[in-house]
Amino acid sequence: MADKTLDAKGLNCPLPILRAKKMLKEVPAGGTLEVLATDPGSVADFAAFCRTTGNQLVEHSAEGGVYRFLIKHTA
Amino acid sequence: MSDSTTGGDNAKTMTIIVTKGTLDWAYPPFILGTTAAAMGVDVTMFFTFYGLGLLKKKLNLQISTLGNPAMQMPMMGMHMTMPNLIGALPGVDSAASTMMKNMIRKKGVASIEELREAAIESDVNIIACQMTMDLFEFKTSDMIDNLKLGGAATYMETALKSDINLYI
Repeated sequence: MADKTLDAKGLNCPLPILRAKKMLKEVPAGGTLEVLATDPGSVADFAAFCRTTGNQLVEHSAEGGVYRFLIKHTA
Repeated sequence: MSDSTTGGDNAKTMTIIVTKGTLDWAYPPFILGTTAAAMGVDVTMFFTFYGLGLLKKKLNLQISTLGNPAMQMPMMGMHMTMPNLIGALPGVDSAASTMMKNMIRKKGVASIEELREAAIESDVNIIACQMTMDLFEFKTSDMIDNLKLGGAATYMETALKSDINLYI
């Protein structure tokens, strides 16, 4: 179970990333943020966001047009 | 805090010169600026000439179909382009702008107001070109509060130390 969940469904680039970054600040270090998105571009973008910021992309999956990312707040 | 997601002394830096003030041209600088800031980059945006209008408190941004042959608006399953002869008629730009704004809302794309707010919230350094303020007779009272006034030397000082410098 993630510490926080961000529903970014229906939002387009760059809003899912901007909202995720904002919410990540409320997640304690070592905690996780779950992001739900429908923007297909978010798959590449969340991977790039995590690589660049040093946060860890623990899981990502897609089901029924909804992408789910689990990000561990490590940076 | 100086971790990699909130900037700090060792953060990467980027500057963007924003020279255009139409709705379509307002997107690239604000999208890149806010996203870079979210990724821990220290961002400076320098607004000059027509780009300066993007710092007005009240925005009513328009697009122009004139001289924009690559612009294709989705319409009834097809794509429509606008011949210059028609684009020059009164009301065409305003109708195209309304269409574009509806499309933006429908597709979950952020408004420029929203991105500008995000830029301010994430401490993007916003510089308004003093010369353009004088040239176009803009009043500071008409502009947003979160800006600094500066000129080419102010920009250059930051640009010389930056990892990325963009001109849009």
